[in-house]
Amino acid sequence: MDVHDDAQDVTQAQAGDEPAFRRLVERHSRGVFQLAFRLTGSEPDAEDVVQEAFLKAYRELRRFEARSSFRTWIHRITVNCAYDLLRQRPRHKAESLNADEGDGVGGIEPEADETSRPDRLAFGAEVQSRVRTAMDLLTPAERTAFVLRHFEGRSLEEIGEALGLRVGATKHSIFRAVQKMRRALAPIVGCS
Amino acid sequence: MNHLSEEQLVLYHYGDAGDRAENAAIEEHLHGCEACQVQFAAIRRTLDTVQSAPVPERGDGYGTEIWMRIEPRLAASRRPWWQTASDFFVPRRLVLAGGVAVLIVAAFVAGRLSPGTTQPARPPAVAAGKANGGQPAATQEQVRERILLVAVGDHLERSQMALVELVNTGDGPKVDISAEQIRARDLVSANRLYRATAVSAGENGMASVLDDLERVLLEVANSPSTLTTAEFQKVRERIEAQGIIFKVRVLGDNVREREVRPAPKVASIRG
Ligand SMILES: [Zn+2]
Repeated sequence: MDVHDDAQDVTQAQAGDEPAFRRLVERHSRGVFQLAFRLTGSEPDAEDVVQEAFLKAYRELRRFEARSSFRTWIHRITVNCAYDLLRQRPRHKAESLNADEGDGVGGIEPEADETSRPDRLAFGAEVQSRVRTAMDLLTPAERTAFVLRHFEGRSLEEIGEALGLRVGATKHSIFRAVQKMRRALAPIVGCS
Repeated sequence: MNHLSEEQLVLYHYGDAGDRAENAAIEEHLHGCEACQVQFAAIRRTLDTVQSAPVPERGDGYGTEIWMRIEPRLAASRRPWWQTASDFFVPRRLVLAGGVAVLIVAAFVAGRLSPGTTQPARPPAVAAGKANGGQPAATQEQVRERILLVAVGDHLERSQMALVELVNTGDGPKVDISAEQIRARDLVSANRLYRATAVSAGENGMASVLDDLERVLLEVANSPSTLTTAEFQKVRERIEAQGIIFKVRVLGDNVREREVRPAPKVASIRG
């Protein structure tokens, strides 16, 4: 991931050099896919987001200023594309998970005999599917804030800036995300 | 000291619990309190589980594969705006709803803000019915909040569409934005009202995004109607540099969500 190569390729691509843009696509596709998958939790959706993000980058390339790295820029575009997709996608009803309204976990049935062995199940398909379901309970903003904080290690300020939220609201989105997932995953992780 | 809240523990995990002193206090409590340690461990277990869900592998040839898929579409993305602009249209519902919403909000803001009024004015019955499902149990405060949310939600949607259309306008030597300006002017006057209402309702996050939005709308409204490509480019760049379209969209979602869920009991949920 050579930053110098990126800068050079961006300049050339901005001048209309398509092979330079191709090099950018080839260099960043995997990273963009990873982020898109974390944000959407679905392979087909992530694939769509990857393509949309690069097409958008291509359209807006002449407006890209070298103040940030191409990686930062394309990741920001990816977040925007994924967010758009999330808000169009039907979501599990998560209202019953509100902090002060009981502990229904919409559509997830606990399986008692699994509760004691989270370690053994860590990579199992069952856990994976439960995590996906838990993530689907989050609102687009909660999910995006959580992924950016947890997986991407972005600061609250950066996330707030990206989502147009103040730091307090960003914190709250992250907390709500974790809280909802905790409740949804309680059957396999253990309750307290 | 009381036990640590779930929120404190989650934020502490990410190093976001507050300043150094607050962090130290949490750490100290955690050190000496078994109940909180159990809570904290459970949070970590959840996050570890989420972390362990693998991301599907993509091989070395993935970038080339993506390139092959998007290359045929690159030419299309260079198409002039008028061939692609049909994606963006304004639903008639919203055009009609705009003026009505402004009137409703204006009515209750006037009641609330006019000097010497200690008792806030009652909002029009029709608005209360629409916003509250006609339940008598809601306080005036809740009714007012719902009205604001519904009206602001519509306003944000219209503003977003206006801005999206604007940035997708024009690649010729001269760009005529007179139609967009008319819309921007309408939106500015509505925006002022909503911003004032948001401020008076203590909705600081909403007020701040509306403030940013107003500046952009004003700039559009006050530009010359015909711009050179370079001038137009500048306007477009400023809109995009601020990320205002995205912020408006996120706030809009936020507002729509609050419209449908019960009034929050936690004060900090106000964003
Ligand atoms: Zn404690």
